[in-house]
Amino acid sequence: MSIRQPLGVTYQQMFMMTRWHANLRNVFVFTVLFLTFSLVFGLLLALLLDRKLIGYTIFRNVFLFPYALSFIVTGVAWRWIFNPEKGVNVLFDTLGINKLIEHFGGPPLHPGWVTDTTILFSLNSWLGTIFPPLKTLSIQLGIPMALIPVVIAAGWQLTGFAMSMYIAGLATVPHELREAARIDGASELQVYTKVVIPQLNPVTVSTAIILGHVSLKIFDLIFAMAGGAGPGFVTDVPGIFVFDYTFKATRYNLGAAASVIMLLLVCLIIVPYLWTNLRKR
Amino acid sequence: MSIFPSGIRAELPRKFRDYVILGFLILCLLFFLMPFYVMIVNGLKEATSVSVSTMWNLPTQWSAGGFREAFQRLGPSMGNSLLIAIPATIISACWGSVNGYLFSKWKFPGSNVLFALLVFGMFIPYQSILIPLILFLETIRLYGTIPGLIAVHVIYGLPIVTLIFRNYFTNIPDEMVEAARIDGAGLVRIFTNVMLPLSLPAFVVVCIFQFTNIWNDFLFGVTILTNPQSQPVTVALNNLQGSYSVDWNVVMAGALTAALPTALVYIFLGRFFIRGLLAGSVKG
Repeated sequence: MSIRQPLGVTYQQMFMMTRWHANLRNVFVFTVLFLTFSLVFGLLLALLLDRKLIGYTIFRNVFLFPYALSFIVTGVAWRWIFNPEKGVNVLFDTLGINKLIEHFGGPPLHPGWVTDTTILFSLNSWLGTIFPPLKTLSIQLGIPMALIPVVIAAGWQLTGFAMSMYIAGLATVPHELREAARIDGASELQVYTKVVIPQLNPVTVSTAIILGHVSLKIFDLIFAMAGGAGPGFVTDVPGIFVFDYTFKATRYNLGAAASVIMLLLVCLIIVPYLWTNLRKR
Repeated sequence: MSIFPSGIRAELPRKFRDYVILGFLILCLLFFLMPFYVMIVNGLKEATSVSVSTMWNLPTQWSAGGFREAFQRLGPSMGNSLLIAIPATIISACWGSVNGYLFSKWKFPGSNVLFALLVFGMFIPYQSILIPLILFLETIRLYGTIPGLIAVHVIYGLPIVTLIFRNYFTNIPDEMVEAARIDGAGLVRIFTNVMLPLSLPAFVVVCIFQFTNIWNDFLFGVTILTNPQSQPVTVALNNLQGSYSVDWNVVMAGALTAALPTALVYIFLGRFFIRGLLAGSVKG
């Protein structure tokens, strides 16, 4: 294939590829799950630490520790933990979770994790009933089982970052505000849901944007945990796609096209953010 | 920039609810430490007794053999990582301090736009610039060399470093610059005699943050340094786990060995690390 071909041919070709469809599904699912995990868990930890019980410093430092390490290092450990033969699957047996499932007539849980090609909550048949042409989609729309360990590992690594952002944010919420709410008769839960958390909205936006751009770029962790795109492209993301087509298949045009799409996706969330943030000053 | 409050007096649990909170936090602590448990325990097993079926168990026979072999295999690449990370950190810190000084104290027409563009550079995905980057490195004959990778890390680090220095210098009163100017100091003298002596804290934050980021990089290392002799430790570790002739205790020990420098930085200088991390959220 020559480099000088009519404009847009590569993009047309890429958007016809099953692999690219899987790619877009995966990066969307991964971003949603990973953001939800890190933000909810990070906020929860920050709020619980806000009580400042003994061990405060130890908890905080341990929760942030994974952030200082390389995705390759943690990917090596998580790959082991999520190996299909033993790993966490042993815990399903020893903790009696599988007994419980069998009791209710279900098959025991022994997922193949990063190599599992199952797509959970597949929307295809449902979409087909609404709009029949969608029945013939080249991929299953749903949550790839293989991405779940990656979400857990990435969440484990970056929850500490979200927590730190929230702790810094909490420090700017005046204590008088909480006191005032308490005096007005708000329960401890209401003080947080009605007063404190709304004050943290800007922190949530900043954190979501920074984590969102990490998630669109994700590469190292999947490379270390799954070794690449995986069977049926269940762990393929744009980062892996660019790497494969540029360095392994030497189809530079596809690699470059995918990298431009990556840049556009990042711009979509970063440009408005920088615009509002840098204007305020 | 708000940082973590220091000198907190932690309380003992009083109510039932406090015990629930503490219990939950301890569960979370176990979750966060679990991968380290797996790495340490399996790294200390003997090559013959390490297997997935006993991965949660403590070693029956403790052995340092895994660490010894991991160190032998990863030692040279650890050296490479140092050779990459240290110069790249120092150069980007020095360069970024000048940028930050100019953007905060010597505003020129269009400096805000330029600053915004520079900060945007922080978010550009590595993959998006890889092909032109490699072509350019080939043109200037630095492709595949450690100096080439250092240059890439310096330039990729400039946005965050500039941002941290700019925010730091903005907090230094303009009156000090004015006073120095009245005394006859120019652009360079004000930087070297007024700003630099005050900027040690910012240098510490920047150096720690940059060192950690560069040490942990994988993608630039694997794509720019094609020669196995000069690859950084993250690439060597990934190759180690991919080769079938290597036992798992060595891989686990290797992961810990590769993590050691950044882990030590975090343990001893964590609060500076946190400051750099929060600065990255582009808040003034």
